[in-house]
Amino acid sequence: MPLYAVLTGLILGGVIMAIAKYNPFAAYAALFSGAFGSPTAIGNTLAGAVPLILAGLGIAVAFRTGLFNIGAEGQYWVGAMAAVWVGYHFPTMPWIVHVPLALGAAMLAGGIWGGVIPGLAKAFVGAHEVITTMMMSYIAILIAHFMVENGPMMAPGYVPQSPTVAASATLPPILPTVFLNSNLSDAFFIAVAAIVVVHIVLFHTTLGYKLRAVGFNARAARYAGMNVPLYTVLALGVSGVLAGLAGGVQLLGVDFQLTDTFQSGYGYTAIVVALLARNNPIGIFFASVFFAALSAGSQIMQINAGVSANMTDVITGIIIFFVATDRLYGYWSQKMRPHRPSSTAAIISGKGESPQ
Amino acid sequence: MALLEIRGLCKSFAHVVANADVYLDVEAGTTHAILGENGAGKSTLIKMISGLYRPDSGEIALDGAVQHFASPRDAILAGIGVVHQHFMLIPAMTVAENIVLGTERQGDAATLRQSRLLFNRKRAAASVQELSESLGLPIDPWAKVETLSVGMQQRVEIVKALYRRARVLILDEPTAVLTPQETEELFAVIRKLNQDGIPVIFISHKLDEVRAVASTVTVMRAGKTVRTAPVADATAAQLANWMVGRDVILQSRKEEVAVGDSVLEVKNLRASDDRKTEKVRGVSFSVRRGEIFGVAGIDGNGQTELVEAIVGLRKVNGGSVHLLDRDIGHMSVGERIARGIAYVPQDRQQDGLILSFSIAENLQLREVSKAPFSRRGWLTRAAARKRAQQLVEEFDVRPPVIDASAGSLSGGNQQKVILAREMSRNPELLVAVQPTRGLDVGAIEGIHRYLLQLRAEGRAILLVSLELDEILSLADRIGVMHAGEMAAVMDNQNVTRESLGLAMTGKWSEKEAIS
Repeated sequence: MPLYAVLTGLILGGVIMAIAKYNPFAAYAALFSGAFGSPTAIGNTLAGAVPLILAGLGIAVAFRTGLFNIGAEGQYWVGAMAAVWVGYHFPTMPWIVHVPLALGAAMLAGGIWGGVIPGLAKAFVGAHEVITTMMMSYIAILIAHFMVENGPMMAPGYVPQSPTVAASATLPPILPTVFLNSNLSDAFFIAVAAIVVVHIVLFHTTLGYKLRAVGFNARAARYAGMNVPLYTVLALGVSGVLAGLAGGVQLLGVDFQLTDTFQSGYGYTAIVVALLARNNPIGIFFASVFFAALSAGSQIMQINAGVSANMTDVITGIIIFFVATDRLYGYWSQKMRPHRPSSTAAIISGKGESPQ
Repeated sequence: MALLEIRGLCKSFAHVVANADVYLDVEAGTTHAILGENGAGKSTLIKMISGLYRPDSGEIALDGAVQHFASPRDAILAGIGVVHQHFMLIPAMTVAENIVLGTERQGDAATLRQSRLLFNRKRAAASVQELSESLGLPIDPWAKVETLSVGMQQRVEIVKALYRRARVLILDEPTAVLTPQETEELFAVIRKLNQDGIPVIFISHKLDEVRAVASTVTVMRAGKTVRTAPVADATAAQLANWMVGRDVILQSRKEEVAVGDSVLEVKNLRASDDRKTEKVRGVSFSVRRGEIFGVAGIDGNGQTELVEAIVGLRKVNGGSVHLLDRDIGHMSVGERIARGIAYVPQDRQQDGLILSFSIAENLQLREVSKAPFSRRGWLTRAAARKRAQQLVEEFDVRPPVIDASAGSLSGGNQQKVILAREMSRNPELLVAVQPTRGLDVGAIEGIHRYLLQLRAEGRAILLVSLELDEILSLADRIGVMHAGEMAAVMDNQNVTRESLGLAMTGKWSEKEAIS
C-alpha cells in the first residue's frame, strides 16, 4: 500500500509535468541521477536520510503509543543547540568522550523538550500533546534564533552563527575516498543502530508491548494494571530523545555550527516518513531514503530538466494525500464493521486493519 | 401473500459465508421473531434488508415487488424501518428534531408539515406529538434525548421509523438494554403495532421473549434459516435445539462445594462516579472461598462503581476493601492483580481486550512482565505462544489460531479469551461483570461452566449481572443493589423472584415492615 501511494505520487507528478510541457522522463532521469547517479550523490542522499530516520523513528514510537508528536522540528533544534554547545565548549576533550557527551546532551534536551514537559502536561492536566509539542517546537526554534542572533551562542563577529564545534566532537565521514565530498558520516551508523534498537524495544521487550498496548487501547491497558500516564511520558520522552539525536548528529556530522537559516524541515518531513512507513522501524529507513532522494535529486532536476525543484513538493504532497486516503479507507471499512475503532489516532498510527 | 418476502438471499465476505439461502415470509400484522446464536447471520440479514449491504444473490420483495436497495435511504423510502441495538439518536437534540431529522426538508407539506427551506420546530413537534399519540406511544417532543431513559429513547427510535412511514419494523435485539418493566412495555407497543397492521421483525436470542411476543419464529444457524414455525407449536427446548443444533442444558447444575474463609471483605464502602455523585453509599459484604456471590440490581444503581472500586479503577471515598485480610483499598490496579484479583470487565471490546492485538498477545495482557511471557523485560515469544496454544485449546476458542486478531473473533470467543487469561492466573478472587452479555445460548453455557469450575476449585467469585436468571442459576448468595446500597443479601436457597424484584426496586424494607 505505501508503495502504491509512492507510485501514484510519481505518476501523477509526471502527468502534471507533462501538462506543464516538461518531459517527465527527462525530469525523473535527472532526479534519479541527482539522488543516486554518483557515489557522492548516494552519499548525500543517505546523509540526508539520517535525520529523517531518527526523527521519523521518534514520531513512530509516539504514534505507536497513540500520541501525536508534532514538535519533532523543535526537538531537533534543542538537540542541535545542546550538541553544538557541548561541541565547542570543551575543545580539549578526547573524541571518545566528547562525541557521546554531545549526543547525550542532544538526546536529553530533545527528551525533556518533546517528551517530559508535554508528557507530564498530558498525563496530569490533560493538555493535548498536539498543542503542547507544537508550541514547544515554536519556542525551541525561536530560542535557537535568539541564541545565534546576538545571543549567548553567537560566535565573535557579525555573522549570526555559533562557533564551530571542536574537531574532537565531529562524526568522521564514512569512506571519504569512495563517497567523495559527500556529507555521509558515522551518523549513518547511529541511525541504523537506532532502527535496530527501536525495533527490538517495540517488538521484543515488555516495555514495547506496554507502549503498544497503551497506544491501541488505553482503557484496556489501564484495566490490565498498566500505568498509562507513565507510558505516555515515556513514549513522548523517547520520541523527543530520537528527534534531539537527529539534531545532534546533523550538527556533529554535517553542519558543525548553528546558523540562523533554520529551515531544516526534518521534523515535519519525518511525520510523513512515519506515516508512509506505517510506523514500522525498517520501513522508516526506506521512506527516509526516498524523501532524502527526492530532496537531493530535485536540484539536479531543476538544473538539467528545467523543472522547478518545488515539483518534488508536489509529488510529496500527492503521496501524503494517497497515504492518508488509504488510511481513511481502512478506517471507514473498519467502522462499517460491528466493532468500534479504538480511536481516531488509529488512522494516523496505522492501527486500522487493512481493508479486506 | 406475505408483506415482506426474502427468497434465497446469499452474502459472503472474503472467505466467510455470512448468509446462505435465507428465506423469510413476514405476514402483515404479525410479529415474526428471528432467533439465532451470535454469528448465525441475523445482523447480515438485517443489514441487507435495510440497504446497508447488497446481497450477492436472492431477492427481497415488499408487497410482491422485488426491491433493489442501493442505500439505507432506498430501504427507508420503500418502507423498511429499523431500530438498531445501538440507537442512532443525537443526544443534544430534542425528540422532535431527532424524529424529523433527514426528512425535514422533504416538503411533503400535508403530512410532514415542513416547507422546503425553513425548519419549523413547532410544526415538527406538533406532527411528532400527533403521530406518537395516534400510535399510542406518548412522548414529549420537546424533551432532549439525553435526558430520556433507555426505554424512552427506544420509543423515539420506533416513532422515528414510523414517521418515515415504515411498513415493516425491524427491532434488533431490542430488549438487551431494557429493564424487565420496560421490556413489558415494549411488548405492549409491539402488540399495538400489530393491531394497526404493521408487522414487526423481532431479532433476539432470548427464548422466553420470543415466546412471549412473537407469533411466528424463524431460527437461523450458521447463516441459514433452518426452521420456521408458529411459536405456539415450539417448546423452548425445541427452539434451543434448532438454534444450536444440539441439546442445551438450560439450568446450570451446581455441585456442592464447601464454603471456606472469606476472601473479599467490603466494609462501608463509598465511591463516586465520574461526575462526583456518590454512587456507592456504604456497602458491606463478603465473598468466601468456593462461593459465587451474585450482585443483582437494575442498571445504574452503583454496581459499576462498586466493582471499579474493588478492582482499583476507582478511588475509594470511605470504608475498606480487604483481600485475604490485607487492606487493598488504596493499592493500584497492578498491585491488586498481583495479589490475586482477576477481572472480567463488562465491556469486553473496550476494556477487556486490545482488538488489534493477536489472541496470544491478549493472553499476556495482565502479566506480561512475568514468566512465561517475558524474562527480565524481554518477551519470550516461544514460551508465550506455547502457553497461548494450550489456553486456546483448553478454553475452546474458535478459530484456535493464536495469531488471529482478537477483533476478528465473535463475542463469545472474545469472552473465552478473557476468561482463559483471567482463570489461568489462578486468582484468589474473580470479579465478573455481565460475563455473558450479548452471547448466545451455547456460549453462555460454556462461560457458566467455567465459573462453576472455578467455584469448585474453591475460588471466590463476585458475579455482577443484570440477568436475574443468570444470578439465580449461579449464585450461592445474592446481594441486591439499590440506589447505591446493598438493599438485601439473601441465600439463593430461599429467594424468590418476587423478593428480588422488590429489593431491586427499593421496596424490600417495606415488605419486611408489612410482614
